[in-house]
Amino acid sequence: MLSFISKRLLVALLVCLTVSALSFGLMFVSGDPAIAIAGAGGRAEDAEAIRVAYGFDRPLIVQYLDWIGSALTGNLGQSIYFNVPVTEIIGNRVGVTLTLGFISFLVALVIAVPLGVAAALRPNGWLDRFALVIAVSGQAIPSFWLGLMAIVVFGVWYGWVPISGADTWQGYILPVIVLSYYAIPELMRITRSGMIDVLATDYVRAARAKGLPMHLVISRHALRNAVLPLVSLAAVQLGQLLSGSIVIESVFALNGLGRLAWESLLRSDLPVVQAIILILSLLYVVLTTLADILNAVLDPRLRGNS
Amino acid sequence: MTEMMLDIRNLKVSIPTDRGMLNAVRGVDLQIAKGETLCLVGESGCGKSLTATSIMGLLPRYARVTSDRFEMAGQDLSTKTDAKLAKLRGRDVAMIFQDPTSALNPTLTIGRQLTEGVMRHEKLSRSEADARAIEMLDRVGIANPAARLTQYPHGFSGGQRQRIMIASALMGRPGLLIADEPTTALDVTIQAQILTLLGELQADLGLSLLLITHDLGVVAAIADNVAVMYAGRIAERASAVELFAAPRHPYTKGLLAAIPVPGVTRRGSELPAIPGRVPGLIGTMQGCAFRDRCSIAGPECANDPVPLVSTGQGHFIECVKAAEVSV
Ligand SMILES: Nc1ncnc2c1ncn2[C@@H]1O[C@H](COP(=O)(O)OP(=O)(O)OP(=O)(O)O)[C@@H](O)[C@H]1O
Ligand code: SF4
Ligand SMILES: [Mg+2]
Repeated sequence: MLSFISKRLLVALLVCLTVSALSFGLMFVSGDPAIAIAGAGGRAEDAEAIRVAYGFDRPLIVQYLDWIGSALTGNLGQSIYFNVPVTEIIGNRVGVTLTLGFISFLVALVIAVPLGVAAALRPNGWLDRFALVIAVSGQAIPSFWLGLMAIVVFGVWYGWVPISGADTWQGYILPVIVLSYYAIPELMRITRSGMIDVLATDYVRAARAKGLPMHLVISRHALRNAVLPLVSLAAVQLGQLLSGSIVIESVFALNGLGRLAWESLLRSDLPVVQAIILILSLLYVVLTTLADILNAVLDPRLRGNS
Repeated sequence: MTEMMLDIRNLKVSIPTDRGMLNAVRGVDLQIAKGETLCLVGESGCGKSLTATSIMGLLPRYARVTSDRFEMAGQDLSTKTDAKLAKLRGRDVAMIFQDPTSALNPTLTIGRQLTEGVMRHEKLSRSEADARAIEMLDRVGIANPAARLTQYPHGFSGGQRQRIMIASALMGRPGLLIADEPTTALDVTIQAQILTLLGELQADLGLSLLLITHDLGVVAAIADNVAVMYAGRIAERASAVELFAAPRHPYTKGLLAAIPVPGVTRRGSELPAIPGRVPGLIGTMQGCAFRDRCSIAGPECANDPVPLVSTGQGHFIECVKAAEVSV
């Protein structure tokens, strides 16, 4: 188990390095960053001064090591637009995104997993059909439309919840509903199909043949095996939810990371964009690594010889 | 009169399908005395597994089951709820399956899988249950059993896993053990070892054993009685000695005649092939199901019901011409 974890962490480290190099490279994809900062109509001298001031004149590898070194110490550079540290700007916004992402994820799991299990226990039963309707409509209805409709109905018509912003917890209700509704179908589908496969296995039959009651057969024998694919999917989904949905944050006027990334892109505030991309990519790496380790805890075959 | 472990009369199992009702088991009688080994043989799809599974009460929910009598150790199972049946499973009757590689849960330790049944049924403590698991593993020939309890199934070979499955089935000290082709998925050399083990355990523990197998050599070696199944019914039933010496049903004769050397089956333990095809099981059937393949079939074979002929000594043949068929 320990050797599995250390191997997996080594892989994660390599991925982190690659990811960081890619997000570093972003600075240069749109051409000379000095000119970008000086503005398209800026003078050549200004660009040159900026080049020296920001250190763009140094070799790329030096710039990269410098950047990653300061990133490791928590310094992600200065925002060009606001002229304050990037970490400060992100720090102000990240709370909204984390809250929205985690709560939506938990809500989605709490609804999708039991529903998926129940659907698998009686395929083509009424609950299975109901779950299918939810899944299909969840995938067919665009989030922004659902969000706008929710605002119109519950915010404007009934006035039950605030129509925008997240100053109070009520402001999270609609975004959480819309975002979790987006995540539920896939989670439910994979729970259902995993569960159907596992319920047909000989070891589930053998567990029943031992005289275990159905709830133990499901919780101890079936679910544990059925969640293996779910864990990997859930990690990716949580990553997506935490990456902040630009659409949802815009529709509900939430000041989260997704909106910040979009605004910074429009403002050519590259250090902010770069930092957000780096943070989100690393988040994915952490989540998928955790998912792999969790799977190895659940399934001894994945641990190699131990 | 010997004491009956299992007494089933006129068992019918039907499964609704897209093409109509699949009548897979069409009125089976099955008796097993205490301590008796009954072998159930017959071509693939004739309903052996469904019959066995119905004894466990583990048929799929959509299967329709009826019987005139369904008793195990004197208890009427047909009226029991699933929760009541669950209390008997693993304790009065246990089952081992065809493929040991898939019958053990890959995510749980051997110890956990062996003990979970008895800890529930008999309220044994963990250490008592572990002690019994060690005893059973030792019995089925797993070396160093105490150390094995914390291991997972993937470290064991197919043969070892089937031994573990047998140990698991014996944990609750059942009176009846059902083994549905327990060696089909195993290596030929391992097959004999497992079957020998089953035979020994049956004798030592006084088990009633219902063994489903395609291997007529095994049948000859360990069966007390044999039931030959064809298209959802028992075609012939006799003691093993009698059946091999004097088969009466044309289907049984075909099976035995197809064996190249008496008592020895070909590799892979396939049941010997006899010409022709099994009739479809959808819908109802008139007369003898075997008549399309039977060399001595006559017009009277299309009549219902096909008479059950008894020659005494528990030898039954379901065939109009059984009386005429020469020995
Ligand atoms: N769950 C099921 N759904 C639909 N049909 C089934 C189901 N289980 C069994 N059958 C059908 O019922 C018939 C009898 O099946 P059964 O498994 O009892 O055969 P068997 O004698 O055990 O064959 P084998 O030697 O191949 O194991 C077959 O035609 C099979 O296709
Ligand atoms: S009843 Fe007729 S068809 Fe059936 S086995 Fe006997 S002789 Fe053959
Ligand atoms: Mg079978």
